[in-house]
Amino acid sequence: MEKLTVAAHPHIRARDNTQTLMFDVIIALLPPMIAGIYFFGYRVMVLLTIAILASVLSEWIWCKLQRVPNTVWDLSAVVSAIILVMNLPVTAPLWIPIVGSIFMIIIVKMCFGGLGQNFVNPAAAARIFLVVSFPAAMTKWVVPFTKLDIFASQAITSATPLAIAKYGGGELPSIMSMYLGFTGGCIGETSVVAILIGFIYLLWRKVIKWDTTIAYLATVAAFMLVVGNNPVFHLFAGGLMFGAVFMATDYTTSPITARGRVIFGVGLGLLTGIIRVFGGYPEGVCLSILVMNVLTPLIDKIKPRRFGTGRVSS
Amino acid sequence: MSKNLKVLTNGIIKENPTLVLLLGMCPTLATTTGVINGLGMGISAAVVLVMANIAISLVRKFIPSKIRIASFVVIIAGFVTMVDMLLKAYFPSISASLGIFIPLIVVNCIILARAESFASKNTWAASAMDGLGMGAGFTLALVLLASVREIAGNGSFAGIPLFGDNFSPALVFLLPPGGFIAFGVLLAVINFFRAKKEAKHD
Repeated sequence: MEKLTVAAHPHIRARDNTQTLMFDVIIALLPPMIAGIYFFGYRVMVLLTIAILASVLSEWIWCKLQRVPNTVWDLSAVVSAIILVMNLPVTAPLWIPIVGSIFMIIIVKMCFGGLGQNFVNPAAAARIFLVVSFPAAMTKWVVPFTKLDIFASQAITSATPLAIAKYGGGELPSIMSMYLGFTGGCIGETSVVAILIGFIYLLWRKVIKWDTTIAYLATVAAFMLVVGNNPVFHLFAGGLMFGAVFMATDYTTSPITARGRVIFGVGLGLLTGIIRVFGGYPEGVCLSILVMNVLTPLIDKIKPRRFGTGRVSS
Repeated sequence: MSKNLKVLTNGIIKENPTLVLLLGMCPTLATTTGVINGLGMGISAAVVLVMANIAISLVRKFIPSKIRIASFVVIIAGFVTMVDMLLKAYFPSISASLGIFIPLIVVNCIILARAESFASKNTWAASAMDGLGMGAGFTLALVLLASVREIAGNGSFAGIPLFGDNFSPALVFLLPPGGFIAFGVLLAVINFFRAKKEAKHD
């Protein structure tokens, strides 16, 4: 039997623990998952199953080998796996979620000490790893409702709205079809309305605060206005909405203070805007998240005003 | 002679300059994109290391200690220039792919560290053995890391394809971030076995 340890007071009994929080995130991820399955077909479910199995297995095996308590049941591996699949194109070969999950769980998360110790968002790091390693497999987009076999061998590629905006070669979709999700892109990122439903759920359950997301989106919109692009198009295109709601708000890798989170969001917005407008890649959400994740310890050095000091003149 | 043998193995295993002392990180990460490159870099540095160690230990009594670092660098630079010219003459393709990293051996901290901490205090024979051991250790580490990176990042070993056409290599391992990741994993594996061995001794 475990020893009962009593920490210093106050003792508050709370309903929440890591598992319930992660479960709430999974519920919030349901709308984008359902939208992904609706637009891109059953292959999404196959990819999801493979990624979840690979992630959970990696974490379980790691815990066994390291002889540390099994952390699979905190569900964080499942959440990371779902977020990773939401960031894959539906045509991804079936080994892509396996390689990505192993990298995500072992290298990015467990090597640094597991949940709460990773210094960058695992899913964002895994996506960048996959995009840099397997550029051909990771940039094969299809239009929604394409019928694919299990190996996606007959996929006809189309361009994402951001790629059309950057390189030309096609007609830009309407804002409404981007809002609903009738465009090419990663599985979970195309349907803005589904992501917003998840966002509202997370806010209602008080799982995340709104400041990172809103600061991020507002900065991108302002940046696009300044450089003369359509801000609404850029808010709805690519992985911005998904990244701002589900990836930038990760507890471990975003600042603790409210002011810090706003700085974090503004930094994300500026980086994303710069990469999208001036960079080599059409999309920069995951790269921005990685860069700002690394800066988070520095941002956390900006301390809030200590209670009872300053501001009020004596 | 057994003392000299100990000096030799010291550089390969116990005090491996790359994997244990973590010296010379810049060429280690920059030139290990392929086994041939890693081998070329390792051997070039090893040759300079042996020659510089011998030369420095021979003249160690004449060098005023205040300007010893500058003198070491001049001696090392002389050998680096020779190696650079030899590579250009006989192995132009390796010379081209290693580029600036051959002249940069001048400021390689392994060579400077061995000159300062070993060759300036020991006889020329012991210094030669030390240079040989350290050079071999550096070369082995580079080849090891380069094998991991080339197999994972290019699906080949020393330019020979290992897998069929359906294998898609993880290109990231040829790029700087993949170098850091592969090196970190390699160090972790080596430290794991070292810790195991030390636990056995205790």
